[in-house]
Amino acid sequence: MLNVKIHNLKLKNPVMTASGTFGYGEEFADFIDLNRLGGFVVKGTTGTHREGNPYPRMVETPSGMLNSVGLQNGGVEKFCSEVYHRIKHLDTNIIVNVSGSSIEEYCSVAEQIDALEKIPAIELNISCPNVKHGGMGFGTQPEMAAEVVEAVRKVYHKTLIVKLSPNVTNIAEIAKAVEGAGADSVSLINTLLGMAIDIERRRPCMANITGGLSGPAVKPVAVRMVWQVAHAVKIPVVGLGGICTAEDAIEFLMAGATAIEVGTANFIDPAVTVKIIDGMEEWCKSHGINDINEIIGIV
Amino acid sequence: MKEIHEFTILERRQPTPQYVILVLGHGGTMQPIAPGQFVEVQVEGDPRVMLRRPISVHDADAAKGTLTLLIQIVGNGTRRLAGLKEGDRLNLVYPLGHGFTTDIDAASRTLLVGGGAGIAPLLHLSKALSAKGIRPSVLLGGRTASLIPVHREFEPYADVLLCTDDGSMGHHGMVTTHPAFSQQWDMIYTCGPTPMMKAVARSAAERNIRCEVSLENMMACGVGACLCCVTDTDQGHRCVCKDGPVFDISTMKKWYQC
Repeated sequence: MLNVKIHNLKLKNPVMTASGTFGYGEEFADFIDLNRLGGFVVKGTTGTHREGNPYPRMVETPSGMLNSVGLQNGGVEKFCSEVYHRIKHLDTNIIVNVSGSSIEEYCSVAEQIDALEKIPAIELNISCPNVKHGGMGFGTQPEMAAEVVEAVRKVYHKTLIVKLSPNVTNIAEIAKAVEGAGADSVSLINTLLGMAIDIERRRPCMANITGGLSGPAVKPVAVRMVWQVAHAVKIPVVGLGGICTAEDAIEFLMAGATAIEVGTANFIDPAVTVKIIDGMEEWCKSHGINDINEIIGIV
Repeated sequence: MKEIHEFTILERRQPTPQYVILVLGHGGTMQPIAPGQFVEVQVEGDPRVMLRRPISVHDADAAKGTLTLLIQIVGNGTRRLAGLKEGDRLNLVYPLGHGFTTDIDAASRTLLVGGGAGIAPLLHLSKALSAKGIRPSVLLGGRTASLIPVHREFEPYADVLLCTDDGSMGHHGMVTTHPAFSQQWDMIYTCGPTPMMKAVARSAAERNIRCEVSLENMMACGVGACLCCVTDTDQGHRCVCKDGPVFDISTMKKWYQC
């Protein structure tokens, strides 16, 4: 009833988790059966180990939060030699979020992940707002976005999802550019660039000054962008941004998303993903829907 | 194992205007909670409060299935928690983090140094040490008497020493100026404001005393997934929620020296 497909990727349900909010899955194994997920996207992985930005890295805002972690991770070699072997037995789609500061770095990471048998897809992160070099810089210009996707496409042979930034004037234009460059799918939205000030100390709340806004506050923006992109491209769209309930997930599907990712909601309820899956199934039953694909892009 | 569970508030007390004590009942078999571990509490009914609030465990009784939180009222989240009544439900993710080392020699001369809300986990720690035959000294400090929310509760398990910056209770001065602080100890545990913990850690390091500090950074996930709450350590950034909140200062030179 909930089966969907993203290019060659078969998902038992449309529910995945968003990169940077779910660690390597293991952190949530006490709370949910990870095998129930349609898939999960692991922490952004770069060519070498990164320490990330200084603390403070987050601040809570109304119905949301800003973060500026800055891609802290152990690097692709550590992922391949250690983390991969701890999670590869899972019966779900493990997707690696691939980040970098240069086209060479994106390609090198993608190539190394390509060799891992149990990783069926990558999510190319050309939209991280919290790193000085690369990241969002690649995702805000259609030509730059196409260039990096084209380069990665040459070395990466499985399902290539490209994660888009909402911090652009026309997201559909970027989506079309990466589709043309060989992307199999696009996921959106990454966080919205924001800022918060501690008025007592008269300085920014975060060490990096600006950060990415996530949580329910961004959901209407994300739904709008998913709808715009779904009408502009033929490849499947993965929707994310503030999803907390099954109803939120269904809203994204109706806007045109084939699958969704749950992010910040994992912090509020570590078992939320399974509740969303169960809720979607119940919703389908109560609305006489036999196949969830019937409602995808219905709006 | 960590679990998400809805507890019932069995008892609510307010020892001072700035603090509230909530005794929570599990209603079933509660997971074991080590001293220094914390819980993430869901706060309902305020759009400004979306994330759970990390609160250290003041006391836990596995046999009775109860845990006690000592909460300092500082912002929208804790103010909301302080407004809860007996009988209300509270959703917790627990037990989280890496707690204090209690596996120490029974003859150890042990000092616990707490400041303000940092006093909270030291009661659970005192009880655990007491159960091992160690009677620690507990040095509690605050700016003024009303900011030391509890101290009599420690008396069955520890020798209690008090100090206030304004001299309104106990020794007049900061914890590091208390005469007992400069005695020779085998182990010092500390939890409280960062400048206090850094001063305690520096002094312990100079005197070659083993010391553990319990940090309190802002958190989102509480389980080591989001990497928001990191602290500097000698091995680079580490999550306070997962690798801490308790750290041995032998790995924290970079932190306490700055």
